[in-house]
Amino acid sequence: MDGFPILTLMMAVPMAGAIACLFTNANTARWIALLATLVDLVLGIILWINFDQSASAPQWQFQEYAPLFGRFAWALGIDGIALMLIVLTVFLMPICIGASWQAIEKRVGEYMAAFLLMEVLMIGVFTAQDIYLFYVMFEAGLIPMYLIIGIWGGADRIYASYKFFLYTLLGSVLMLIAMMWMVHEAGTTDIPTLMAYNFDPHVQTWLWLAFFASFAVKMPMWPVHTWLPDAHVQAPTAGSVILAGVLLKMGGYGFIRFSLPMFPEASAQLAWLVWGLSMVAVVYTSLVALVQNDMKKLIAYSSVAHMAIVTAGLFAFNQPGIEGAMMVMLGHGLVSGALFLCVGVIYDRLHTREITRYGGLSINMPKYAVLFLFFTMASVGLPGTSNFVGEFLALMGIYQASSWVALVATTGIILGAAYMLYLYRRVCYGDQVNADAAAMPDLSAREMLLLAPIAAAVLWMGVYPESFLAPMRADITALEARLVQAAPKGDAHVTAGKPAPAHDEHHAKVEAHGEAH
Amino acid sequence: MIDAASLLAVLPELVLTIGGLVLLMIAAYAGDKVTPVINWLAVATLAVAGWTLCTSMAHGPDAFDGLYRADAFSTYAKALIYIAAAASIILAQRYFQLAGGHRAEYPILILFAAVGMGMMVSAGDMLTLYVGLEMNSLAAYVLASFMKQDERSSEAGLKYFVLGSLASGMLLYGISLLYGFSGTTSFTGIAVALEDGMSNGMLFGLVFVLSGLAFKISAVPFHMWTPDVYEGAPTPVTAFFASAPKVAALGLTIRVAIEALGPAGMAWQQIVIFVALASILLGAVAAIGQTNIKRLLAYSSINNIGFALVGLAAGTPAGVAATMSYLAIYTVMTIGSFVCVLQMRDADGQPIETIASLSGLSQTRKGLAACFAIFMFSLAGIPPLFGFWAKFLVFDAAVASGLTGLAVFGIAASVIGAFYYLKIIKTIYFDEPTTEYARGTSLIETGIMTVCAAIIVLGYLLNPVLDTASAAAAAALF
Repeated sequence: MDGFPILTLMMAVPMAGAIACLFTNANTARWIALLATLVDLVLGIILWINFDQSASAPQWQFQEYAPLFGRFAWALGIDGIALMLIVLTVFLMPICIGASWQAIEKRVGEYMAAFLLMEVLMIGVFTAQDIYLFYVMFEAGLIPMYLIIGIWGGADRIYASYKFFLYTLLGSVLMLIAMMWMVHEAGTTDIPTLMAYNFDPHVQTWLWLAFFASFAVKMPMWPVHTWLPDAHVQAPTAGSVILAGVLLKMGGYGFIRFSLPMFPEASAQLAWLVWGLSMVAVVYTSLVALVQNDMKKLIAYSSVAHMAIVTAGLFAFNQPGIEGAMMVMLGHGLVSGALFLCVGVIYDRLHTREITRYGGLSINMPKYAVLFLFFTMASVGLPGTSNFVGEFLALMGIYQASSWVALVATTGIILGAAYMLYLYRRVCYGDQVNADAAAMPDLSAREMLLLAPIAAAVLWMGVYPESFLAPMRADITALEARLVQAAPKGDAHVTAGKPAPAHDEHHAKVEAHGEAH
Repeated sequence: MIDAASLLAVLPELVLTIGGLVLLMIAAYAGDKVTPVINWLAVATLAVAGWTLCTSMAHGPDAFDGLYRADAFSTYAKALIYIAAAASIILAQRYFQLAGGHRAEYPILILFAAVGMGMMVSAGDMLTLYVGLEMNSLAAYVLASFMKQDERSSEAGLKYFVLGSLASGMLLYGISLLYGFSGTTSFTGIAVALEDGMSNGMLFGLVFVLSGLAFKISAVPFHMWTPDVYEGAPTPVTAFFASAPKVAALGLTIRVAIEALGPAGMAWQQIVIFVALASILLGAVAAIGQTNIKRLLAYSSINNIGFALVGLAAGTPAGVAATMSYLAIYTVMTIGSFVCVLQMRDADGQPIETIASLSGLSQTRKGLAACFAIFMFSLAGIPPLFGFWAKFLVFDAAVASGLTGLAVFGIAASVIGAFYYLKIIKTIYFDEPTTEYARGTSLIETGIMTVCAAIIVLGYLLNPVLDTASAAAAAALF
């Protein structure tokens, strides 16, 4: 694979597809989009197979460099972390196209073009090795997503699209100023170099906060999460899948790629902030999810809760925490994507997301009920599914850093079980109270084809997570090594107690006993 | 002293003046029926003038004993000015054919304005500056009221004239103060005088000069005329006002600030920072409530000038280069946007200017809608469009020179501005169609629009060229 620009090719294929989609009729556009995303999936698998996971492998692989743009360069390259997120992206994209096959009827060409452009930009974010190229890709994603929500969204789509756009834009522009400062200070735009550069700890705090403003909104963290439920509810199904599946991961990726390695001291100093916000988010958004009537909103709030475990895990400053956070991101990408698809399946039939309009679906839609139950369990974190691995590792890592955070974050799992099972009970069990819901047909072959691969991947990740952990291990070890000098001291380590003179009392007793004689 | 080298240095202006006079004679004898020919001849004159820029620079930088400068900076600015002027001549043809009142004076007036603008960016002396400014302004006043039968156009011309004269008065007063306290009108002479310290009289002069110039670039708080004039003037004229004279006036401002007032950097830097931030904020906030697309673009130009001034506020070569790059990108975006506005016509060919009439454009006119959206996203500064790079450069220069606070406030305010650009895109893409525009069959308009859109989308590939050119332009001033 040496020298072959596979990363550029992975962006060129959907880009060409996007342009082609604009100029064809609806049906051709669907096939072009599917073909382009499948080609990218194949390329993604080739990338994974060729990725060198051995301990002696270089951290950055498949590097490309072309100084095309004057101040910044077309510099690409991936490590294991980026690889996994790219694989997630290319895996979800064909499914998104499939999910929109019939649901989208108007302006299909433009829709498919927007999705393919989205794929280009997402791959761009995860592969960019130039800090400005990263920013361009990161921000450009706003345009297609704004159009997807605004054109093909639900009734309140315009408000949601504005909120999504302006919220995320305001977060990112401050990051841009910080990037400019860093580039002037370090004299390079190269991300790997910047990751090793030691910025002045006093300035780090400000830089960290500027990056935090962007990633916290993208993640999203409480209290800047409010754009997410709106965007999710209004977006079309595939839009929600890609939003939950990949776009939210950009925030986590940002923390792992920028905030932690570039500003280790500031990260340690401000870890309390992340922990605090994460703790609030886990409990608060889980409780909010519990009282939702709208299925998509419920899953959106559950995303915020899961992402809080990610942020807490990342700021645990240790290997299990960061590995767990990555696994939660991957697992959540699959599971929440699948859950949105499950909602989409019944939304396509009844055109409502109101939970009470359904009920007893396990009777007339048994296949659907089985898959929905599987993904519900995966979301709860049942052992054997992807989320269990991630959540367990993340919480283990958090416990080493702070037992209190671990305690609060773990309640998220209990609450998660509560709201997900409650949702499932209301939708699938009970009596068939609504005649129209009772008359809905079971999953079609197309819908099975969309959900089955995700179910297989979730199981794979749950049963043999090593496939996913192995490529990232070296990178996370390197990150931990970078953080170690700054990492805050945990409160939950086993410490040897002070040896107390145990026999004295016994001795005294014996003496007393002796005297009595 | 008039010598051959000086005459060669002002060759572009000579070409334009002679060309304009000849065309004026042709128009006087042949009448308005030859207007299309004169249009193309005027464009050809601009092209020849552009071609002579190299000769001019080779015989610079000083001409007429320092009254006049033909350096990389003026060459860069003039190239932009000529391109924008040519575009506004070409675009006007169809507009005036449909709206009536097509007269041969239009391209000729633009040529004379271009002479004035060329003098502005080449000025090495306060007097050259003033003569250039007034030459441009006189032509502009007439252009604004070009549609004699249209009340709004006449009103625009009158407003522009009255307020423009006020600005000229302030500028002249400032110049007279600077002259009185430094004893010279040449930029270098003023700079030498300032190096010995600044008296109160000079400070007053500086403030008045900058106020007069702020008026010409329509920066807050001297922006009041802009929305009215932009709305009232015929659309091709508005496109012209928003592009070429902006480049000229801002180029002039930069030259005065750096060459003449350079030693008083601390004094004008505060003013420029205030004006920049105020323009960004006001341009963003006031645009939100607009319903007329031309008024909205007027506020957008105020907003953009604010961003461009951020680069000047940095006061470094990088900052000036950033502002010059900003102007180049801004010119392309502005011309593109106005071509889109020109296509908003009802079935009778009458222009429509309401934003509401754009609703659902994406379903009736896909190409136009896509271009409009590209220009709006670009003006909002969203990557990967070129408008982002313009903003990036000025903020980068500000950060590099330690003005991080300015950069943070400015960029945060750009989010407010993004709101109203988004509003247009929302109208175009999310709303249901209401008005059907007349099908545009003008190859020229479509061509210019497509070229502008292509530059905006693929502009990053031009970065190396743009960087070199703007850096050379900036280096000429320091």
